[in-house]
Amino acid sequence: MRERADQSDAAETNLSSLPALFPAQTRSLVFEAGGKRLIDNVDLTLQHGSITVVMGPNGAGKSLLLRLLHGLLKATSGDVLWGGRAMCEDIRRRQAMVFQQPVMLRRTVAANIDFVLKLHGTLQRERRDELLEMAGLVAFAQQPARALSGGEQQRLALVRALAAQPDVLFLDEPTASLDPASISAIERLVRLAYDDGAKIIFVTHAFGQAKRLADDVVFMHGGRLVEQGPAKAFFDNPNTREAQDYLDGRLVF
Amino acid sequence: MHVHDFFQAFRLAADLVLAADADLMEIIGLSLRVSLTALVISSLIGFPLGAAAGIWRFPGRGLIAILMNALMSLPPVVVGLLVYFTFSRVGPFGWLELLYTPTAMIVAQTVLVTPIIAALSRQVIEDLNREYAEQFRSFSVPPGAAIQAMLWDARYSLLTVALAGFGRAIAEVGAVIIVGGNINHYTRVMTTAIALETSKGDLAFALALGIVLLVIALSVNAAVMGLRATAMRYAYA
Repeated sequence: MRERADQSDAAETNLSSLPALFPAQTRSLVFEAGGKRLIDNVDLTLQHGSITVVMGPNGAGKSLLLRLLHGLLKATSGDVLWGGRAMCEDIRRRQAMVFQQPVMLRRTVAANIDFVLKLHGTLQRERRDELLEMAGLVAFAQQPARALSGGEQQRLALVRALAAQPDVLFLDEPTASLDPASISAIERLVRLAYDDGAKIIFVTHAFGQAKRLADDVVFMHGGRLVEQGPAKAFFDNPNTREAQDYLDGRLVF
Repeated sequence: MHVHDFFQAFRLAADLVLAADADLMEIIGLSLRVSLTALVISSLIGFPLGAAAGIWRFPGRGLIAILMNALMSLPPVVVGLLVYFTFSRVGPFGWLELLYTPTAMIVAQTVLVTPIIAALSRQVIEDLNREYAEQFRSFSVPPGAAIQAMLWDARYSLLTVALAGFGRAIAEVGAVIIVGGNINHYTRVMTTAIALETSKGDLAFALALGIVLLVIALSVNAAVMGLRATAMRYAYA
């Protein structure tokens, strides 16, 4: 444990020498594909030091928003700014993303983590073992990653993302197809990442999960940002009709 | 030819193989040397080329794919003819004096096999890239490292690609007979020897080589299937 604390101290010192990523902002963000406007004029501000949960019905544009923030997609118009700077390779290297369907490299579990450590020039056995330990996958280290169960794969995908020591961690419905035990393991790892200083941006459909994790909520609907605010206020007393209906479990079109 | 001669030929062929006849072994040895060398060179060119074409989006990419696929079915005699011209006295590389040498045969088979390796590996890598692309972008993997990683992760599929290329090289006769000339003890390989001995009427020797060639072809195929099964079992494929 002592070692971990030392490492996060080092990470913070390191962090302060890099340009700040926050506040992160989107300005009049628009994304169109196939003649349809899928992200419609989104102005969003995200602050450091909280777990932000993105909610909304299917097709609300949650995943697209995440991909635009992470620079995986190019906006049709508008800006994504991290600490006032436009998205670039340097910024993306300080972020990591966990996808709904984990992409397992066709190698062993350990080699999956080593791949990311190597990319960041931090390849060390101890660091890898520590990450495997966090994911509870030490026993599987030398097994092919694709032979793992769905929950194990997602745990590996998460600690593999953490191998990059990201300042921002995006998660796109990472537990959508997992059983309760796996969901709980994922949420524990997300908390660990948060405690380690990462900004968390988490897309989910599940109210229970949102309530467990969220400090603040971004509610999307039809490609628009409908509501943003502290989690408690959002769940207790949503400001908009769409959010109210969504929380009531009514059908929202 | 009588039925008796027919079986006689088989018996003689078996004797030659079992006795490891010196001439036979020399021919088999050269065949393997030429085709394996061509395979190694083709792989060194074809894998990175195929991977690049499978990963990078650039204008004319579709055209390259069509071209690669078309080149896969290059007739060996046409390749032989082209290489012959290139190395002939009037050709651009005539001064190398490589015509009728094993080196010329290696060049011809390399020309024949490289498109096969490139086209098949392009398909393999394109499929893998479809799965990896977004995650790699998220990781900010540099292009060179991405190609390297995908070639490694597709290694089982690519090994079967290489074996397909080897099968093509070891079995072709058209290219090596034109540029090699089927010179005894120098450029005579299994396929050219079979063609010659059959036309001379020495069926036993031709058959013996035919049997060896068949065994090699079957082994290659068995190896491909074995690899597939292994890769599946370990979930690498």
